[in-house]
Amino acid sequence: MKPENMRVVNHPVAKVDAQALVTGKAVYTNDLAPSDCLVVKIVRSPHAHALIREIETARAEAVPGIECILTYKDCPDKRFTMAGQTFPEPSPYDRLILDRRVRFVGDAAAIVAGTSEEAVKKAMKLIKIKYDVLEPILDFRKAKDNEILVHPEENWKSLCPVGADNKRNLCAHGVSESGDVEAVLESCDYVVDRVYHTKANQQAMMETFRTYTYLDAYGRLNVVSSTQVPFHVRRILANALDIPKHKIRVIKPRIGGGFGAKQTSVSEVYPAIVTWKTGKPAKILFTREESLTASSPRHEMEMHVRVGADKEGNIQAIDLYTLSNTGAFGEHGPTTVGLSGHKSIPLYASPKAFRFSYDVVYTNVMSSGAYRGYGATQGIFAVESAVNELALGLGMDPTILREKNMVREGMAMPAYYNETAESCALDRCLARAKEMIGWDEKYPCRDMGNGKVRGVGVALAMQGSGISSVDTGTVAIKINDDGYYSLMIGATDMGTGCDTILTQMAAECLDCEMDDILVHGVDTDISPYDCGSYASSTTYVTGMAVVKTCETLRKKICERGAGFLGCPVEDVEFDGERVTNLKTGEFITRKDIGNRVMSFNNEPLSASEAFSSPTSPPPFMAGIAEVEIDKETGVAEMIDYVAVVDCGTVVNPSLARVQVEGGIAQGIGMALFEDIVYNKKGKNYSNSFMQYKIPSRLDVGKIRVEFESSYEPSGPFGAKSIGEIVINTPSPAISNAIQNAVNVTIRELPMTAEKIYRGIREKTERE
Amino acid sequence: MEVQFVLNKKQIRVDVGTDAILLNVLRDQGCKSVKCGCETTNCGLCTVWIDGKSRLSCSVLAASVAGHEITTLEGVEKEAAEFGAFLADEGAEQCGFCSPGFIMNVLAMLRELDNPGMEEIKEYLAGNLCRCTGYMGQLRAIQKYLEYKKGEME
Amino acid sequence: MITIGNYVKAKTPEEAYELNQARNSRVMGGMMWMRLGNARIKTLIDLSELGLDQIEETDHVFKIGAMCTLRQLEQCERLREEYGDGIAEAVRHIVGVQFRNQATVGGSIYGRFGFSDVLTALLALDTFVELYSGGIIRLSEFVNRRPDKDILLSIIIRKGKRKFRYESVRRTKTDFPVIACAVVTGIVHGRESWYFTVGARPMKAALVERKWQIAKDVSEGQISAYAKEIADEFTYGTNMRGSAEYRRHLAEVLIRRAICSILAEG
Repeated sequence: MKPENMRVVNHPVAKVDAQALVTGKAVYTNDLAPSDCLVVKIVRSPHAHALIREIETARAEAVPGIECILTYKDCPDKRFTMAGQTFPEPSPYDRLILDRRVRFVGDAAAIVAGTSEEAVKKAMKLIKIKYDVLEPILDFRKAKDNEILVHPEENWKSLCPVGADNKRNLCAHGVSESGDVEAVLESCDYVVDRVYHTKANQQAMMETFRTYTYLDAYGRLNVVSSTQVPFHVRRILANALDIPKHKIRVIKPRIGGGFGAKQTSVSEVYPAIVTWKTGKPAKILFTREESLTASSPRHEMEMHVRVGADKEGNIQAIDLYTLSNTGAFGEHGPTTVGLSGHKSIPLYASPKAFRFSYDVVYTNVMSSGAYRGYGATQGIFAVESAVNELALGLGMDPTILREKNMVREGMAMPAYYNETAESCALDRCLARAKEMIGWDEKYPCRDMGNGKVRGVGVALAMQGSGISSVDTGTVAIKINDDGYYSLMIGATDMGTGCDTILTQMAAECLDCEMDDILVHGVDTDISPYDCGSYASSTTYVTGMAVVKTCETLRKKICERGAGFLGCPVEDVEFDGERVTNLKTGEFITRKDIGNRVMSFNNEPLSASEAFSSPTSPPPFMAGIAEVEIDKETGVAEMIDYVAVVDCGTVVNPSLARVQVEGGIAQGIGMALFEDIVYNKKGKNYSNSFMQYKIPSRLDVGKIRVEFESSYEPSGPFGAKSIGEIVINTPSPAISNAIQNAVNVTIRELPMTAEKIYRGIREKTERE
Repeated sequence: MEVQFVLNKKQIRVDVGTDAILLNVLRDQGCKSVKCGCETTNCGLCTVWIDGKSRLSCSVLAASVAGHEITTLEGVEKEAAEFGAFLADEGAEQCGFCSPGFIMNVLAMLRELDNPGMEEIKEYLAGNLCRCTGYMGQLRAIQKYLEYKKGEME
Repeated sequence: MITIGNYVKAKTPEEAYELNQARNSRVMGGMMWMRLGNARIKTLIDLSELGLDQIEETDHVFKIGAMCTLRQLEQCERLREEYGDGIAEAVRHIVGVQFRNQATVGGSIYGRFGFSDVLTALLALDTFVELYSGGIIRLSEFVNRRPDKDILLSIIIRKGKRKFRYESVRRTKTDFPVIACAVVTGIVHGRESWYFTVGARPMKAALVERKWQIAKDVSEGQISAYAKEIADEFTYGTNMRGSAEYRRHLAEVLIRRAICSILAEG
């Protein structure tokens, strides 16, 4: 179906849960938790690396109201991963709920549960832990093959062949290449050879990690949690507690943001083990400090890029080595690193050869995890910055260099698992972005005459749409009395609106109104299986499952309608409201069908289908930043940001636009402000919103978004993903704008005013 | 200690600890719209009105509001829904977790400022962080709401 | 988390003062900072019923009650008329309107915080503090005293024709300053005088005074030399928001800009 013929899809429908959200209804985890939940808190390690020699809990246990205090002695000695990934997980099984070895400042050392916050806090102070303090590894460049091991334990386990080796502090290692990179680089007229460094960043969703648990009438562990991956949480908890999966039910209410943070089971194990041990309901609310110091931020990466080109600017070869810091545990370590190369190098179709190699190392800082962009963000900063430096070296406009080299529709992408760009409007995205910002008038910069100069800078980006041949979405739709539908999904709306866009797709397929369809949050006992909301999969993967399910259901409605009308199914048509015998004009309404199948019926009128894709069609985009630099202070101010995105057909223009604007703003935060700073002993200073500064509305300038749609033949209504790609362009585009404004290149994020000032000063001193 | 104050136009009397924080007391009173996002007065999620002025309930001692008038989103639900519809039309409530505090401050702004310009609006609302939207959709919603209100007046 | 034994709304300054003499007593301002600490407070003294929430003006002074909020300071029309936009500029970056509706001028001054914009701004003016027991003393003296058990009642700015500028650099717009400077000039005892404060160095604001006659048509080079001289008067430190060296540089730039701006006004 062409977008212009669509009734519901491609329209800016308001979110189905909007009314409840804007009137502040009690719909989030903590709003729903029963008041008699035990308060659960974690005693955390003050050391970056230590062994617990002794824990004394007797005095703490005597505090009135304390129900249980758990130490490593009380937890199963069976390692698991908190990464929400499809089994067998690429992330190593390297965790225990509580371990004798603590591996970062903030690592869990004991769990305390009691009837009031006061009691728990009092007890926490009375727990005496004696540590044998060990030397930590805090510099990720020194981690590989260091004699200090973060995970020396024998029961550490890697389920997948990702090149992991705990005896070398390696969480993953790999190489993929095509052609002879060294030889091609040797033959190039010009080679850029640079190292780029991106820091760990916090997702900083407004709702911190939180979970409550209770036992139900069947003695099963019920888990209500703010998670993106309810089905994976079920497995993770079964592994962690060493109990059968069927003993666990996970429910996901409304979520106050995730951005990947909640693709790791950060908070669930703690109340779960308390409830499992005590039989009592339990709740944990991570403080903001805990959410900033013991969570799942973006992997810090250092990337060595070499890009070679001929004199005319035809890119001949790209070589990328990524060193990724997974921190104390390996959650998402082996997979995020892959995207740093596989979703940056394929932006360029021209190279004759490429090589992408990587190491992911353990260190004694907080574990990393999944954050929007998932490694692509880091890799794209490096590769796009290198391409911008190439343009500078060649004396070329960086947009023209890209026009020469970028991937276009129909081209093969050797570095993207040899997939073909079946849908790609990247060329149109760049052209439109240039027009919107007025590139030709503004490039490279304009002196504003007041000590300030405005530069423009560009970057391209891509992502995927789900994990090919892995991600699976299942959808079920049933018809109820009076003919209304229940749409059951296992995909996890985390505020982004998947409940809405999947309903839109169903309404389009079933020729009905949004109001005719009910959709609700995920319950692993009831919802059909879905791997969860991550990897930009929901629109594409679960969306296709919706389309398939609707097709099957329509067939069944026709069959049933024909049966009630007493005619062959070939003679009827379903228009969404009624099944009509085209020969006689006789009809039966959906309402009547819904009611009639509730009496003397031997077959349910429902359908369920699953979808998984052998490919992961990339969305593409171009971002152009206009930044004003104060030449004396180095202060950079965002003026304008234009983003033009090809996400295939736009399923919901207003929700998609906000996705883009939100992603750009987060990207601006990453580029200019956000930094996780550790001291020499591994203590995290960026432990509050006072110290970890996410952008306010005064810091993002103007953000303007347009769509240049392609049509993805394998996607629902031609759609691809949107959620993650949008965070990838700001860092390289802003870096390029600074470069074009003051001729200073900053290769380490965030690009603070002080770094810009130093760059300007060094340049002046050289001249 | 016992504290009496007006909550959403109703006189109430609650027994609170000396160090009880208003945020928690309000949630215990059923005002679940009041959220905590940071604990360090930086995010604006816990915004409520005390005597009509926007304040951060995470750092107000419950004991100190005795005799004062507290308004939460529950107390201005109709107006919240009216403005909220504009927010939803832009898709700019997103996860919705920051919406109550944000809406409280928007409504406070509309009471305080007369026909504010975009820069004034941005500055007034700078203490309301949002991680989902990038703020643009919120500003579009405010602009459209202001136009709608102006139209209503005429 | 703080714990509080008793909470008392003092009825008189005298009562507040008496209660505050106990070792574990504390006076409450806007509760922005105190709440973040781990103090065990026996008696918390609330001054909100002492009528200290007004900005009063006489022929000679502005008297800012200790319980005035930063927002009151920001919105005070008379202060704007007298000192220009500088006063509002000094506080408008502080977190957000909600925060400034709550944080008190007294709390900010009493705390003698290194990052305090309020202190940096007021220290550059002819400012005194009124203490319940200690009487009226210069702000510059007060900030260097160790915190004691007196009660800060008000901040008094002595009027006099002054030009006032406030400049700061921040990483995000609502963050603490990386550096903050105020520059004030006016005729004092018949002579042109200049006052410079630099705060968030990251140490608390300090004041430097010069009896400089700066002609309107002074050369740019001379202004730069002045700015450098002043910036060099202060010490600077390094923390996660900036290095000492960068802060010194910023101070020089901002002081120079403020002088230029004042001279341009004529």
